[in-house]
Amino acid sequence: MATVATRPADTLLRGRKVVGGVAEGEALVTHETISGWGGVNPMKGEIIETRHELRGQSFAGKILVFPGAKGSSGWSAMFHTTRLTGMAPIGMLYNITTTKAALGAVVMRIPTMTDFDSDPLRQIETGDWVRIDADNGTVSVWKGGRPLSEGI
Amino acid sequence: MAMRLSDEEQAMRDGAHGPAVAKAVDLLIRYGEALGAEDFVYTDNIAGVPGSSPKWVKDYYADDGGDYRAVFSRFDLDSDDVVDVPRINGFSCHLQGGMDPELWREQGMTEQAFANFRSDEQEVSAHGIQVLKTCTPYLAGNVPVMGEHCAWMESSAVVFCNSVIGGRTNCEGRESTSAAMLAKRIPNWGFHIDAFRKGQHLIEVETPVHSIFEWGLLGYYTGGAVEDAIPVLDGAIADPALIKHKHFGAAAASSGGVEMYHMVGITPEAPSVETALGGSLRGERFTYGARERRETYERLNSVGESRAVDYVMLGCPHYSADQLADAARMLEGRKVHENSALWIFTSRAVKSTAEASGSADIIRKAGAKLMTDTCSAISQAVPTGTRVAAFDSAKQTHYLPAIMGIEGWFGTTQECIDAACTGRWDGRLN
Repeated sequence: MATVATRPADTLLRGRKVVGGVAEGEALVTHETISGWGGVNPMKGEIIETRHELRGQSFAGKILVFPGAKGSSGWSAMFHTTRLTGMAPIGMLYNITTTKAALGAVVMRIPTMTDFDSDPLRQIETGDWVRIDADNGTVSVWKGGRPLSEGI
Repeated sequence: MAMRLSDEEQAMRDGAHGPAVAKAVDLLIRYGEALGAEDFVYTDNIAGVPGSSPKWVKDYYADDGGDYRAVFSRFDLDSDDVVDVPRINGFSCHLQGGMDPELWREQGMTEQAFANFRSDEQEVSAHGIQVLKTCTPYLAGNVPVMGEHCAWMESSAVVFCNSVIGGRTNCEGRESTSAAMLAKRIPNWGFHIDAFRKGQHLIEVETPVHSIFEWGLLGYYTGGAVEDAIPVLDGAIADPALIKHKHFGAAAASSGGVEMYHMVGITPEAPSVETALGGSLRGERFTYGARERRETYERLNSVGESRAVDYVMLGCPHYSADQLADAARMLEGRKVHENSALWIFTSRAVKSTAEASGSADIIRKAGAKLMTDTCSAISQAVPTGTRVAAFDSAKQTHYLPAIMGIEGWFGTTQECIDAACTGRWDGRLN
């Protein structure tokens, strides 16, 4: 999915590749850590944790931007299951490296980055359009949603 | 950055030990690079859930054969090809499973689900993996020693291994443990490294913490305060015991992501505050006093409204022999109320001790069910019609109401057993 944006990105972040590849889509941002097993419903790609600010929202097909993973060691298997159900996010950006988030990203096989030069939780809001180029270590952000593509 | 491989690891990756080991090493390299690890450590103590899956996952891999081999290859090893999985050489064990091997009908499982469960278990044992079927391997035959490199799943077992024993494990996942069973390697990252094990935040405990209930509250507070960091707790913590550490760690791992904690003068890597912190305090200083204790209690009980309790679940993490004996003592001469149910979960190893010691019999005579292998959260099994449950485990209170969409109460073991016998929740914070 190679969008040719009509305007340059509003923000560019640099970071470290966790899983390589390019992904582009709408951001879903939370400032709260995410529990995998017991915290998401893999059939719907939905956050179910009691009191979580994203409770009831789905990350399916989104770029998930979050501080890091918490909770059960079933994190990777639960997110891996969303790959089977077609409810996985299409990319991830996180700040805190944990075995849970790293393994989850590997088995979902989605472009993922961490260790940024600028905090993605401050730079990206839900609904922004994000392009992850993990192999080149860059994240481009268009505020307010998808920039118009050429030919549209 | 590419990981540094030993000659043997390189050979394993190149297929010298067969395709399954090659796939395992490939996954572990991808995982190690995702972490930023430089190399691997050798491990011969691995605890996971190798290859076990519900029927629908097998069906998903129908084109690959739809069996244990397909799931182990495609899901556990994240391999594009299906490979033959050889017998595991080394100490690997299977943690908790999906149902009780005898009382599965009571748990609402179908004949088909049970057949799938039994077939998976036969595969696990045929592959040389120890069937411990518990979240508490350290109570069922797998007790690491200080400094031992392990690759464990199950957050409550991981935090116990690191903190209480001084063993070394990250909170591994299903895929990394299954791969490690074949490769006997795990990325040399995190808790395998000395400097990583030092505390970041300090929690000064002012309110006396002595009973298992109080240890659980403090654990739940701790996870909320430090999230996934390593806390050093100092102050009014008394009467340490295995079951209190078990309860504390499980709570801290579920409210935050605590994988290791230090208690000054109590845990093995914390002879002093300075040693536990590795110098001076880098992070924050928290105080656990009367206000924090009350807020934690209220937070846990915020998912409770109706006091008509129809289900009481004990045994998260799996009860030890002494906890079963305590429960039996509280239940002796009483009956579980007709409007309620009491299920108590443990491992097969501990259950056989409870059978020999008589507590299992007392529990059953009171009308409670003693179950093994699983818990309500893992199996998503509760008595039919459950709307309001009660727990003595902060961890289960954290998870089960969210998973099942029910109300939940948290209190002492005595309050839970009273609720099971009266059908009413009468817990309070004294």
